[in-house]
Amino acid sequence: MSNNEKMYDNRLGIIGWLGGGRWGIERYLYIIHRLAGVGVLIFFILHIFEGNLRIFGPEIWNPVMKVMEHPVFKVGELFIIIGFAFHALNGIRLILIELGWAVGKAEEPVYPYKSSLNTQRPLMVIMLLLAILLIAAGGFDLMFLGH
Amino acid sequence: MRDMKSEVGYWTFFIIAGIVVFVLLFFHMMIIHMDQLLGIFNPAGGSALDWKNVIYRSHSAFFTTIYIILLAAALYHGFYGLRTILFELGLKKRTQSLITIAVWVIGITLFSVGVFANIAVQTVKAAV
Repeated sequence: MSNNEKMYDNRLGIIGWLGGGRWGIERYLYIIHRLAGVGVLIFFILHIFEGNLRIFGPEIWNPVMKVMEHPVFKVGELFIIIGFAFHALNGIRLILIELGWAVGKAEEPVYPYKSSLNTQRPLMVIMLLLAILLIAAGGFDLMFLGH
Repeated sequence: MRDMKSEVGYWTFFIIAGIVVFVLLFFHMMIIHMDQLLGIFNPAGGSALDWKNVIYRSHSAFFTTIYIILLAAALYHGFYGLRTILFELGLKKRTQSLITIAVWVIGITLFSVGVFANIAVQTVKAAV
């Protein structure tokens, strides 16, 4: 960054992290995106160690997999499915928007100004519906088909 | 200006890593979680988490490679994201640098642990 860059205080602190104010629903999705991301990251770190247990052979692996069938872990896994499905599809939406897809064509800023948010919104709805579909499929698989 | 350049590089890799994770987890879901419906890469049948299936995949060079790529991409994506969230607190330059070093160290450590397990499992016998 350049030398004359100014550092601004985050006067809002935690509220700046968690509050969406009067901004649109996308601002709240942004907060959920981060919460889901941190949640999945914590799970992933534990998952590395869990998966690594296979180096100790079936004597350790099999009992551990048995423990994972406990309802507490099932509920935990459900949260992972919800967090992951949302984060994945919302992330794809963010990448598409970043690439200028589904935001509409740039036009002359003539009053009354139009927000590109209305152009973007159908993509958000599609992605959320897809996430719900994945959560339903994943939840069904988790509860009725094993894991 | 050099900082700015490396930030763009970090971010670009973050997006690429995100797409890699998306694609690989799609296959993860199909192989591990839809095992009862699809049964792919589970030669012993039954659950994808049965020892015989687990060790079959662990001994395959293809899966070992993919596991390591997924490990690297997911760690990079996750820790870059965490760093971004922390940076939003309006931290001093020095604190930012310390966080950058910390996430690199933690990420590389976890990566090494995962790579070690992927190699160590090659010597574990398949038969029960």
